[in-house]
Amino acid sequence: MAAHAVVVVGAGQAGFETACALRSRGFRGRITLIGDEPPGPSYRPPLSKGYLAGTVAAEEIALRPPSFYTEQDIELLPGDRVASLDRERRTVLLESGLRLPYDNLVLATGSRPRSLPVPGASLTGVLSLRGLADAEDLRLRLSGPPRRLVVVGAGFIGLEVAATARGLGHDVTVVEAQPRALARALTPTTSDRIVAEHRERGVRVLLGREVTALFGDAEGRVQVMELDGGERIAADLVVVGVGVLPNIELALAADLLVGDGVVVDAQLRTSDPDIFALGDCARFPSPRAGRHVRVESVQNASDQAKCVAAAVCGEPYAYTAVPWFWSEQYALRLQIAGLTAPHDETVTVGDLADGKFSVFCFRGGRLTGVESVNRPADHGIARRLLTAGTDLSPGTVREPGFDLKRLPRTPTTPTTPTASPSRTTIQERLSVHA
Amino acid sequence: MAKITYKHPNGTVTIVDVQAPNTVMRGAKLNNVDGIEAQCGGSAQCGTCHVYVDEANTLPLPEMDSVEDDVLYGTACERTEFSRLSCQLPVGDEIDGLLVHLPEAQS
Repeated sequence: MAAHAVVVVGAGQAGFETACALRSRGFRGRITLIGDEPPGPSYRPPLSKGYLAGTVAAEEIALRPPSFYTEQDIELLPGDRVASLDRERRTVLLESGLRLPYDNLVLATGSRPRSLPVPGASLTGVLSLRGLADAEDLRLRLSGPPRRLVVVGAGFIGLEVAATARGLGHDVTVVEAQPRALARALTPTTSDRIVAEHRERGVRVLLGREVTALFGDAEGRVQVMELDGGERIAADLVVVGVGVLPNIELALAADLLVGDGVVVDAQLRTSDPDIFALGDCARFPSPRAGRHVRVESVQNASDQAKCVAAAVCGEPYAYTAVPWFWSEQYALRLQIAGLTAPHDETVTVGDLADGKFSVFCFRGGRLTGVESVNRPADHGIARRLLTAGTDLSPGTVREPGFDLKRLPRTPTTPTTPTASPSRTTIQERLSVHA
Repeated sequence: MAKITYKHPNGTVTIVDVQAPNTVMRGAKLNNVDGIEAQCGGSAQCGTCHVYVDEANTLPLPEMDSVEDDVLYGTACERTEFSRLSCQLPVGDEIDGLLVHLPEAQS
């Protein structure tokens, strides 16, 4: 495997983790990590929370210090992009003119925010939040005196931005086209509770309302948002969080199979067996969902990276990790274990008013997932049960005094085996600081 | 600054110097110590930075709060009385010499 070269396109969480997982498995070939965000791989979750609020610094967001890449012999090319891909010759051509040969190519191209398809969407002050540059821009705009912020889209990003901005004292309105928030991701029980929290904190949440146009002042700065029915809202700043589109252009141009994402098999191989895809851009067969899905989460990026690295190293396994997600809004810690949809039965445990509850979702009497608000033990145990395939019936959950913590612990077999580290010596390292 | 020792399940150890205001989790990440995942980045959400503090430890570690206690119910490997989330262990001079054992698996 000495001459083996792996080129990873995209230096987000998925691409970064792939490079790390390859080295952890003992892969000794060449690893090149190409990213179009200049500072290098960074951790995205704080961008809508602590980083935006100014409580988390830029240095804390870097996934690793620059020395890491040298130490691990990972060639990081930040600020470059792949211009084209030649599958016959197994090379990629970068925009900088560099041509790189590969034995395996990994597409970790991620996704980009959908834009708002209305007139005025390109006015100054209409932003979306994806990378560090977007977050920096928004952070600066929110660091001054109170402003009128309108968030379009009550998804995770939109609601986290709304919560953070409200916490900074801004006047916040959220406009969502669906009749409820987080409609695709959450049960009505949980989404209603989250909306109630936003309203209690003084955020105006408008559900089932469409944005029809944005109007600006003489300098082209956004000033007014118009909704269906003609209502107008004053806005100094608009954040659009209406979902993302997978970056599939490179795969499409290379004639790989694509749908809503780059289509991969259970081992995350694309229709070209030398090319893998993972993370936000990949559409993979989910045995849990019984269909192909695309999952946008840190967990998915991280666990899929291990799976790709294993396949590259000749030890492939099928990707079956239990998905999990989290969000933090005000003091609400929301955690989701499993793919809850579709489900045909739910049982809620805990205290809704108190903001400490879990919604257990079942399909055909089998547990599909659990949404927890400020019940982290439920979340962790649910993940373990789902991983082990342990049966838990709605009847059991309904029993008075039911508490997951009291269930006997079932041994779990990790679905994504990690290679044992091949360290044989004591290593002393220089001190580092974040 | 503190010297932190991470002992892997196969018996090998990695010793690193970590500066405040990092955590035991971040000390591992910054030094590429395998065996700590920390998928949530250190916000006590995921339990994938689980460690066992050495049984003989006498260094002053902060008390476990209810969130950490709850998250530890979900660890991939068995929880024991020595279990902690390494993201909840801040690094300072007072824990210089800490030894933690890494579990067989984190997720």
